[in-house]
Amino acid sequence: MSNGVRSNYVLDSLVRLGSVLLFLLRILGQCLPALARPALLMKQIYNSGARSLIIIMLSGLFVGMVLGLQGYDLLERFGSEQALGSAAALGLLRELAPVITALLFAGRAGTSLTSEIGLMRATDQLTAMEIMAVDPLRYVVAPRFLGGLIAMPLLTAIFNVIGLYGAHLVGVQLMGIDRGVFWSQTQGSVDLHDVKEGLVKSVVFGLACSLIAVHEGYHAEPTAEGVGLATTRTVVASSVLILLLDYALTAQFL
Amino acid sequence: MVAVRDVHYAIGGRELFKGLDLTVRRGSITAIMGPSGGGKTTLLRLLTGQIVADRGSVQVFGEEVAALPRRALYALRQRLGLLFQNGALLTDMDVFDNVAFPVREHADLAETLIRKLVLLKLQAVGLRGAAHLMPAELSGGMARRVALARAIVMDPEVLMYDEPFVGLDPISLGVILRLIKQMNTALGITSIVVSHDVQELATIADESYLILDGRIAAAGTPALLRDSDAPGVRQFMTGGAEGPVAFNYPARDYLSELLADGDE
Amino acid sequence: MRANRTLEIGTGMFVLLGFAALLFLTTQLPASGAKLGRVKPGYNVTAEFDDIGGLKVGSPVTMAGVHIGQVTRIRFDPQDYKAVVTMRLDAQYNQIPEDSFASIQTEGLLGGKYVGLSPGGLDTYLKDGSRIDQTQSAIVLENIINKLFAGYASKNGEQAAGSAAPADQRKPAGNSGKAESRR
Repeated sequence: MSNGVRSNYVLDSLVRLGSVLLFLLRILGQCLPALARPALLMKQIYNSGARSLIIIMLSGLFVGMVLGLQGYDLLERFGSEQALGSAAALGLLRELAPVITALLFAGRAGTSLTSEIGLMRATDQLTAMEIMAVDPLRYVVAPRFLGGLIAMPLLTAIFNVIGLYGAHLVGVQLMGIDRGVFWSQTQGSVDLHDVKEGLVKSVVFGLACSLIAVHEGYHAEPTAEGVGLATTRTVVASSVLILLLDYALTAQFL
Repeated sequence: MVAVRDVHYAIGGRELFKGLDLTVRRGSITAIMGPSGGGKTTLLRLLTGQIVADRGSVQVFGEEVAALPRRALYALRQRLGLLFQNGALLTDMDVFDNVAFPVREHADLAETLIRKLVLLKLQAVGLRGAAHLMPAELSGGMARRVALARAIVMDPEVLMYDEPFVGLDPISLGVILRLIKQMNTALGITSIVVSHDVQELATIADESYLILDGRIAAAGTPALLRDSDAPGVRQFMTGGAEGPVAFNYPARDYLSELLADGDE
Repeated sequence: MRANRTLEIGTGMFVLLGFAALLFLTTQLPASGAKLGRVKPGYNVTAEFDDIGGLKVGSPVTMAGVHIGQVTRIRFDPQDYKAVVTMRLDAQYNQIPEDSFASIQTEGLLGGKYVGLSPGGLDTYLKDGSRIDQTQSAIVLENIINKLFAGYASKNGEQAAGSAAPADQRKPAGNSGKAESRR
């Protein structure tokens, strides 16, 4: 990497992609044993999920409120303010909740995972484990991967609910839409299919973000600098992948 | 116990080992010395099977390490102990849990039994009172001692020490030296100490090897190495400034470089 | 392991919250989702329409503007080519005359569809299984526009007596007028 010659960017990306996929296969092999260690798994669900709660809830609330404001303004031009509930609910369920939650997750929990694992790599802890005949994939990586995977859909659901409440707050309390109309409109236009779309997206995003985070951490250069670079890569790669997958999934569902 | 025969290993285009031969006898303290970057740590990694030699044989307990399948390799590693330079303690658990880690992962003992075992090992390194501190709260020397306790908790047959004396004050140094000796005499653990602390090692080693330029330059008792006449060995043992290892990094002729006027 | 208690409680709460949210989203929100708990007491009535427009399951049923029930089922009758709409009316509204009039209306100009009931005059009331006979289909905007267009065009056609343009070709025949007027 430091031989002064610009290596082929495309080739690098392909190598990285292959590395990530192979890593996934190795992790999957260790997932079942990891499930047999609930204490470890629980700790990771706490780290990835519970500790992201505040930021998710705050963001959900504000996104919902903005949706309420913008949605009301827009719909008012067509005389359809009553449809605010539907607009907010569908917008949240299908797009905003999974995507924004995933982006926030990558930023908060993803970087945390990468730097944790990267630091363990840099201080020889992972090597020490290998010498002690403990597979670091089983003990360190798989629980963190599963933790993120489980946390994401739950966080997304919470974002959805709080977001809807935010839209309700703006629409009903601020803009004066009738409460009953808000909810009946919402219920009338939301279909199980929409909920499913959001759920599938959140699971896929969870898989992608967690995988990238643990992969970058595990393969970071064992220096302080290396860990920092790995963390940056996690955020960038996760964000791009989320948006890419979002398009693919949305097209699939429509 | 450990036999290394004609090992060749290259990394990053650079040939590190060019035909290395060494033997570690059971129950001995064997010192492996050499200049920085000379491959001492790499040798340990060859022994634990973390890397594989390009050519030659590495045998531990009579088994060819490179040929072992994953499970057998892990079984082999359970009979070894490795003490890292910086201790490599797991930072998210306290001292007690660190030492208990290998036991909890590999053996199915009751917690009360594990507790006694851990306290026993901590007592051996003199840190029983520190059982509930976190690694971040330990000094370098203490961290290394905890790592030692962890390395012996599964009663390994061979213990490898990677630069155990680096960065320690005289007191801590003396402590570690004594502990290494104790582990060997009291528990009969075969010890391989990798270091470049000539003086320190001489006091405890039964047998020494000096790795220079990818090969064993000298082997024998510490006294033998000290009295050696070979120029490379002489320079290393006495810390001489000039000898086969030059002081000056390769550069252009001094005069011509000085006289050249600011051409980039 | 330190802070074990906090960790356990924190994780437990988080997972609980998450699942509660998921549950809410899958059951309370969607119209066709599994409804939890209390099913409000009510009774079912049906009505047939020529065109239900955009009426959906879950659309409200109102009378005098008050929400009195919901559309629970929509199906197509292959015998008489009409849409059969099943509505569940709240039990408390059990004095709706049997000859009431059901029409599909739109909220606002582009809003959602709903079924509006106008009272008839009979003393007998709708009960479970009753059928509302008098119905008015949804007013589809495009049809009105076509009718308007066609009416205007035919008026012009009559005035231009000697015009080569075949005026009768522009006369609409219900919906088929749609095809012509799209130029």
